[in-house]
Amino acid sequence: MSKLYMKGNEAIVEGALRAGLEGFFSYPITPASEIIETFASKYFADREREKRGEKPLYPKFRVFMQMESELASINAVMGGASIGCRVMTASSSPGISLKQEGISYIAACELPCVIVNIMRGGPGLGSIQPEQGDYFQAVKGGGHGDYRLIVLAPNSVQEMAEHTMLLFNLTNKYRNPGMLLADGYLGQMKESLEFPEVPIEEYEKPWAAGNMELDGEQHTIEFLFLTPEPMVEAKKRLLEKYKTIEANEVRYETYKVDDAKIIVTAFGTPSRVAKAAVDLAREKGIKVGLVRPITLWPFPYKIYTNLTSNQVDRVLVVELSFGQFVEDVRLGVEGRAEVRLFPKFGGIVPTEEEVLEKIMELV
Amino acid sequence: MRVSALIPKYPEPETYVGRTHYCPGCGHATLHKILGEVIDELGIRKKVILVEPVGCSVLALRYLKVDGIQGPHGRAPAIATAVKRLKPEKIVLTYQGDGDLAAIGTNEILHAANRGELFSVIFVNNAVYGMTGGQMAPTTLIGQKSTTTPTGRMIEYAGYPLRICELLNTLDAPVYLERVSLYDVEQIARARAALKKAITNQIEKKGFSLVEVLSNCPTNWKMTPEESWRFVKEEMTKIFPLGIFRDR
Ligand SMILES: Cc1ncc(C[n+]2csc(CCOP(=O)(O)OP(=O)(O)O)c2C)c(N)n1
Ligand code: SF4
Repeated sequence: MSKLYMKGNEAIVEGALRAGLEGFFSYPITPASEIIETFASKYFADREREKRGEKPLYPKFRVFMQMESELASINAVMGGASIGCRVMTASSSPGISLKQEGISYIAACELPCVIVNIMRGGPGLGSIQPEQGDYFQAVKGGGHGDYRLIVLAPNSVQEMAEHTMLLFNLTNKYRNPGMLLADGYLGQMKESLEFPEVPIEEYEKPWAAGNMELDGEQHTIEFLFLTPEPMVEAKKRLLEKYKTIEANEVRYETYKVDDAKIIVTAFGTPSRVAKAAVDLAREKGIKVGLVRPITLWPFPYKIYTNLTSNQVDRVLVVELSFGQFVEDVRLGVEGRAEVRLFPKFGGIVPTEEEVLEKIMELV
Repeated sequence: MRVSALIPKYPEPETYVGRTHYCPGCGHATLHKILGEVIDELGIRKKVILVEPVGCSVLALRYLKVDGIQGPHGRAPAIATAVKRLKPEKIVLTYQGDGDLAAIGTNEILHAANRGELFSVIFVNNAVYGMTGGQMAPTTLIGQKSTTTPTGRMIEYAGYPLRICELLNTLDAPVYLERVSLYDVEQIARARAALKKAITNQIEKKGFSLVEVLSNCPTNWKMTPEESWRFVKEEMTKIFPLGIFRDR
């Protein structure tokens, strides 16, 4: 295992290439642009290698495209996924808004692909500083209709790479689009990472368009119904799949929760600050722990339910928005404990001391 | 000699299976049929990936037995771009209406054409939004009535009919741009030849090809099929002249 030192955005690229990415389609936007730039440099370096008669480093990575818009990017991803290729797009908040129509179609047609959102400040053009205001958009829908994205929330450069690889596995396993939801800090921050050998799972794709040459059957990627009955059936299948994912794929981290009376909860960058604040509070003898969701959908409701059914009676939610994530925490807590929100918005991340102060207020 | 021996034996169509849902006299059905014939003739059925539009022909893959994808309204060129680049050995086609290609999807077609993507576009210009009940399209003629131009399209409100072949002809990359129609047997034969050429260009890796097909919408134009084809021939071709704009 080699040690590397890089930005979160660059780690995503490493992860995707190690996961066997075949096509990347995107449009530049701060603070996600290093992703498209890093892909460009890797892709064209390989073309140069080929010109010199050398072998490419990433033979699977055949298509890199800077598209004319996020609409075009997400639809190119739909095309690539429809023919069974491993494809991905990356953007930041305003660009992700533009992709929502395509994401809904991709979810409807059950196409595996990875979408990266390096969140910036919103609404509107907002700012290029980090926020977590796209939580609802990522977790509750965003596009039209009933659908779900598998949403992973890394909190380190290491996880930016690891979760990208994991997301390729999960999206292919379930034939479902997935989103890596990270705030701008994680994209821009440099850290060392060790490349994990996340085993890359390969899945047969007999459903893919283009397979007629193999089996003689017609393969259409469509989701349109002229009468309710077949649509009811199709949607039931989707719902069943979502239930299976909810049952099997919930992931979270807990820290010092065993004897905790108070838990702090956060995802992404604020979860690191919260963890440090937990340590500071522990030094003062306060029984406090941390819950950090790793999958935002499926959401780890049960861990909140379990902890607040036992010893925990206060929950502090730290997030970089008016308070979106807090609503899911409340659904897990179901009134069994006091849930206090510490929102920070506009591009400012709270300090450990600030979080500690909020913990002390709860004691 | 028996009379039946004089009747030429046509091969069974493989691609086009007919029984479409289109209104009687609609050009989409004719166009599907000749497209199917061309695909059969070139022997490429199993290699084709057809990207459907959102529009009346959203279910084209029910009548054309090829693989394909149904994407969002107007985005077929972006989908086709990725498909063709990831699987260059496939024959990739988009089939798009004038709302799909010339309004909501103008950006996608312009950039795909400008990059010289190696897929072939079948663009159906019927001067109206058929599927949604006859609203104005960018191609609606000046003075032409639609549900959103009840007194006829006026320049001061809605500008001029958009000419896609002429627009794309300002770009460097496209290799083949032709406007054809379906208003009589001769035109249908020309349209068929144009489809064949556009697809052959792709097989020969020449570059981006687009065939614009002037078609009708008797239902929303509130005309009989005969009247509608006369309108195509006498009115539409004045604004949208037939012919080859680019052939490299
Ligand atoms: C994003 C989006 N906007 C609007 C629609 C509604 N819509 C469906 S088809 C269509 C226009 C179809 O017209 P055209 O492309 O000319 O095809 P035709 O039906 O005439 O063949 C519209 C506006 C849609 N499906 N999606
Ligand atoms: S509405 Fe118009 S374009 Fe649509 S099928 Fe009927 S005649 Fe054809």
